[in-house]
Amino acid sequence: MEVDQYLGVFIEESKEHLQALNQHLLELEKQPEDIGVVNEIFRSAHTLKGMSATMGYQDLANLTHQMENVLDAIRNHQIKINPEILDVVFEAVDSLEEMVLDIESGGAGTKEVSELVSQLAAIESGEAPLQVAAAVAEEKVSDTSGLILDEFELAVLRESEEKGFQTFYTKVTLREDCMLKAARVYMVFEVLESLGEVVKSNPEVSQLEDEAFDLTFEVLFVTKEKKELIEEKVLKVSEIDAISIQNFFIDTYKHAQDEGKEEVTASAHEEKVQETTNEKKAQQSNKTIRVNIERLDILMNLFEELVIDRGRLEQIAEDVKHPELHETVERMARISGDLQSIVLTMRMVSIDQVFNRFPRMVRQLAKDLGKKIDLQIEGAETELDRTVIDEIGDPLVHLIRNSLDHGVETPEVRRELGKPETGTIKLKAYHSGNHVFIDITDDGAGINRKKVTEKAIKNGLITKEQAAIMTDNQVFGLIMQSGFSTADTISDISGRGVGLDVVRNTIESLGGTITINSEEGKGSIFSIELPLTLSIISVLLVEIQKEKYAVPLSSIIETAIIPKADIMYVHNQAVIDFRGRVVPLVSLKDVFQVPEVKEEADHYSVVIIKKGDKSAGLIVDGFIGQQEIVLKSLGNYLTEIFAISGATILGDGQVALIIDSNALIK
Amino acid sequence: MAEEIVQDVKVIVFQLKNEEYAVPVTQVGSIEKMEHITRVPNTESFIKGVINMRGVVTPIVDLRSRLGLEETPVDENTRIIIVDLDDTSIGLIVDAANDVVDIPVDKIEEAPQVIGAINIDYIDGVVKLEDRLVILLDLRKVLKFHEIEAIKSIES
Repeated sequence: MEVDQYLGVFIEESKEHLQALNQHLLELEKQPEDIGVVNEIFRSAHTLKGMSATMGYQDLANLTHQMENVLDAIRNHQIKINPEILDVVFEAVDSLEEMVLDIESGGAGTKEVSELVSQLAAIESGEAPLQVAAAVAEEKVSDTSGLILDEFELAVLRESEEKGFQTFYTKVTLREDCMLKAARVYMVFEVLESLGEVVKSNPEVSQLEDEAFDLTFEVLFVTKEKKELIEEKVLKVSEIDAISIQNFFIDTYKHAQDEGKEEVTASAHEEKVQETTNEKKAQQSNKTIRVNIERLDILMNLFEELVIDRGRLEQIAEDVKHPELHETVERMARISGDLQSIVLTMRMVSIDQVFNRFPRMVRQLAKDLGKKIDLQIEGAETELDRTVIDEIGDPLVHLIRNSLDHGVETPEVRRELGKPETGTIKLKAYHSGNHVFIDITDDGAGINRKKVTEKAIKNGLITKEQAAIMTDNQVFGLIMQSGFSTADTISDISGRGVGLDVVRNTIESLGGTITINSEEGKGSIFSIELPLTLSIISVLLVEIQKEKYAVPLSSIIETAIIPKADIMYVHNQAVIDFRGRVVPLVSLKDVFQVPEVKEEADHYSVVIIKKGDKSAGLIVDGFIGQQEIVLKSLGNYLTEIFAISGATILGDGQVALIIDSNALIK
Repeated sequence: MAEEIVQDVKVIVFQLKNEEYAVPVTQVGSIEKMEHITRVPNTESFIKGVINMRGVVTPIVDLRSRLGLEETPVDENTRIIIVDLDDTSIGLIVDAANDVVDIPVDKIEEAPQVIGAINIDYIDGVVKLEDRLVILLDLRKVLKFHEIEAIKSIES
């Protein structure tokens, strides 16, 4: 099979199933009685198992298989869910995730999972499955014991597996009216021995000979023959009622087997397959397809070309004044406008993709930290461009961790403070204009302004005088300064600050901003504002001689016209006094070595830009205006061009370069 | 007959100064007329800038300048040959391009070794076709990044 071809689909789908597993497990934790949820989990696990087995990822298949068994036992009321069981299942899901990620990064998806598998197996059999009178009861009664393999037998199985033998777990049921049970058993063994080798039987052979068993016995059997053949031959022995043969995975079955469950698995198998196909059908009715993002980019590129041509056509229609042409062009303009918005929205995905991993993370973290957290998520359906989605995950993880770790107090402290023991972290996303907002709110300790300023003064970030006049917002902003967090441990300041500078940098590199509001004792709000997409940004188009450049609006403070006479020099560096601040000037004409064609005016057009707290003025020859542009890369041939971060195509089809103002501020 | 066909290489022949050069047709995406080029500051002198090639920002190399010939003003024969190498499209400015020729592989001769000639390694071979002499270019070497790096270090 051309495995590579399906690898992408496999990974994508596995991730989806893992996500579904996580989600439903969390639900199950809240409502342990809900068998519907167990069924959902079971389905995901089952599909995952099937897929990974087909793709040849044995470890994955083994682990899911064992997980499936546990889930099966749960839904058949053989095991009662308790937190310990859930922990193991969660751990199993984590391992599965690791393996899938390993496969994604080109690995073989192998992982030492035998311990987990045995834990699961222990749960499945050890936790004293309660005999609940259910649909399975009938078969359950006769099934009591399990196969117990010792190390030697396992070694034999491993070796035979390596030699290409298959191991089958075979269960034979004799007819009720069977007269000579021992003789039948002997005959069955005879048949099996002719096809392969019996490794183990349950009950033991001696017991079988003594007819010390009811009507069924189990056999572990290694062979190179096909299942069907074995079945056929064994059934030729008379007085055999039924035989079931199943593949046996050593790792999965390292521990005791409960034959009853096995039987259930076997009989439930048909039903499961049925369910999966039903699910598939349900998915198909969604009618979605996966499209490589590159193809969308190509579509978008072509579309821009079309838009440019549309502009030209409109111009021509205007000139020739032909009414029919005019009408057609107008129609075309309208349709292409609609098309454009469709192409743009195709890249949008709901932020749920990022949010849905947090419940799991918060659960684990709260557990580790001994805190009680209620995570509330709002606006998970908010849509964002794929490119932003890919980038925003890590900063959010960081902020949530931060809130959990340093914001929300321990249950004891909260009780003393008269707060509910369970802290609340709220994650909220919403659209506003061309931006998306994500708020992370906690009802924890908040930030102590005094401690922050003290620390900042100590670290030399601000002076005492500055500290006195700073607003709360500015003070809280300090904890995201790089100089703040790199200092020694700051857990005394309710711990805020560790790595937050990285978060801020990431968000700013996405063209977004982050602000902090906090009230001591009541909690904090981290608000992130992000552009809806990274591929479309707002810029100020400027002219330098005859050339056009784009300056991202996100880095512009304001624009100004400065008379030449106002320019001063500090160490040969041109500066201006801008609202009381000394701002250095950068001549873009010099930086970009723009050929001179126009005479210089007696005043300068200056774009004041910022990078963090620093600012600079860019001298240009004129402002053209604000515009939304589609960001384009310069490709991999032209790399690392000083102060140029990319390009865009203007309405007239020409390319304009985008200035990386960060590079211009030292 | 069949063998001869198998051994032919289809090339695009173009002109630089008085000489004829050729690149395999498989490496050529399209041939475009000259259009507005946006200069990219602080790049090599032979990189003329970028153009909008059907929505893709494509860098443009002046091949004359790259091969050490003097640059000439653009006229109506000037063409941009878009070549595709390793998923990267690059445009080459040439004086004229209007010929597709089949070259029998066995007619390709090694480039003459001239003492003092620089960067001669980008010549793949020379073909004599009746009264024409065509120089086969190895585009990878003409445009290779490490070449640019080398030039950078020489210039600095």
